[in-house]
Amino acid sequence: MTVESIVFYVFAALTVIGALGVITMRNAVQAVLCLVLTFFSAAVLWMLLEAEFLAVTLVLVYVGAVMVLFLFVVMMLDVDYASLKSGFTKYLPLGIVTALALFGAIYWVIRSEVLGDMPEPAKHSAEYSNVTVLGRLLYTDYFYAFEIAGVILLVAIVAAISLTFRGRRERRGQSVPMQHQASREERLRVVSMESGPRQDAHLRKEEEAKKKPKSKRKKKTKGDDA
Amino acid sequence: MLDIIIDFFIIGTKIGLILLPLILAVAYTTYAERKIIGYMQMRVGPNRVGPKGWLQPIADVIKLLMKEVVIPSGANKGLFLLAPILFIAPSFAAWAVIPFDAELVLANSDVGLLYILAMTSIAVYGVIIAGWASNSKYALLGSLRSASQIISYEIAMGFALVGVLMASGSMNLGEIVKGQEGGFWHWYWIPLLPLLVIYWISGVAETNRAPFDLPEGESEIVAGFHVEYAGISFALFFLAEYANMILISVLTALFFFGGWLNPFQGIPFIEGITNWVPGIAWLLLKAGFFLFLMIWLRATFPRYRYDQIMRLGWKVFIPVTVVWLMILTFMIKAGVGPWFTGRGVF
Repeated sequence: MTVESIVFYVFAALTVIGALGVITMRNAVQAVLCLVLTFFSAAVLWMLLEAEFLAVTLVLVYVGAVMVLFLFVVMMLDVDYASLKSGFTKYLPLGIVTALALFGAIYWVIRSEVLGDMPEPAKHSAEYSNVTVLGRLLYTDYFYAFEIAGVILLVAIVAAISLTFRGRRERRGQSVPMQHQASREERLRVVSMESGPRQDAHLRKEEEAKKKPKSKRKKKTKGDDA
Repeated sequence: MLDIIIDFFIIGTKIGLILLPLILAVAYTTYAERKIIGYMQMRVGPNRVGPKGWLQPIADVIKLLMKEVVIPSGANKGLFLLAPILFIAPSFAAWAVIPFDAELVLANSDVGLLYILAMTSIAVYGVIIAGWASNSKYALLGSLRSASQIISYEIAMGFALVGVLMASGSMNLGEIVKGQEGGFWHWYWIPLLPLLVIYWISGVAETNRAPFDLPEGESEIVAGFHVEYAGISFALFFLAEYANMILISVLTALFFFGGWLNPFQGIPFIEGITNWVPGIAWLLLKAGFFLFLMIWLRATFPRYRYDQIMRLGWKVFIPVTVVWLMILTFMIKAGVGPWFTGRGVF
């Protein structure tokens, strides 16, 4: 039992609990938060495999950005849970078959590793830097694939914008350049007022009247309190 | 088994050594803020509790601890209580990779810079959940504002930090500081000046400080996402905001102003007489300057309008960072000294 194995078991358990929570929570917001917990615990497990860069990127991209937008959408939706669950018994057999097929496929692929006792992955030396190794690979051997991934993302951005863009709308928005060009001359008019007796003259008199019997007044209020 | 307990104990002690001074610093940052803004507005600020008001933050903490935690009816109780914890935990966790001196660091990680970005991006959950779980329209509006603001400015902040890691060639915070060795003119603030400005302003926006404090917006949505919180649960939000302020100040000092390095390095006489100053003192001095700047901003500027905030983040900051990253590439490849000497290819 080492510190690492304790950390592993704790976060592996959290990953499973979070994943179960995603499908069992009644409230959609809580389900999304469970998914966040799953991602976070998975990131810790990656960290244990000395893949720091991937682990931190998982937190940064999925937890920090993607899931926030997810949460936004779920919060804004008014989900009717009763109608959501209405077809449950009807689709149950199909669901079970799909789940079994998926489980069987996964089991068939990894059975040799699951059935045997897994050896602990070999540790790298202290100089090993996951970031450097990953960077070297991405920008040499896999440069082509890396660039293609970038272009695909760019296309996705353009597609998303063109899907939501519905032509120019005539809006009454703020025009910032026009606001910047505004000068004092066209907005401000200095008016010289005729000077007369001060409007607040009676107030000042009252103030002065209050000031004089200050000590007396204090005593009086104290008496009132009692 | 025993060595595990000892391991945990040592790590725990180190964490305590960072967190306890941090919490104390947070308490006295609130005091400093009230005093500084007070004098800027021709008032004296708190001066009643203890000599010159020095015990004011302690009194505030005791008051907040004694108050009742009110849970609004119709609120999601579990999430309502979880939100402040989710908000404060990342702002403490981020301190794990901060180097206070050449050797004084809890986790000397190779992905320190990314880790900081990841941790600051998690804090937004606390805000969103607080707003949603409160079952209050003001809280929800505040959390929506906050979330969109944090996401927008995170991008500009991330781009500015790309410039830092291009200049230093490392994501390890210690290496970033060591790359700036050689005195005041060797620090990254000169070649990365536009990025410094953008990073700093985005940092202020990320911590929801004035003039970017729309999530709180007292004048229109009462107190934003934490309007329903009272007592210790409110105190956690308050604590986290100030911890984030200190964090952003320390990070600015590390990324752009040479962290723990002596600013007089390379100047013959002054370097000799300031050599005895420990590195952590320089770091705290630089961070303290930025902290003061943040408070100063709050006392000076009125709040932004919402469309102005979004315009600044998306239409001004992000294009400027992208352009400057290209200029920076040329500077590095040309080996512009004294920052990039020896890295040129021409």
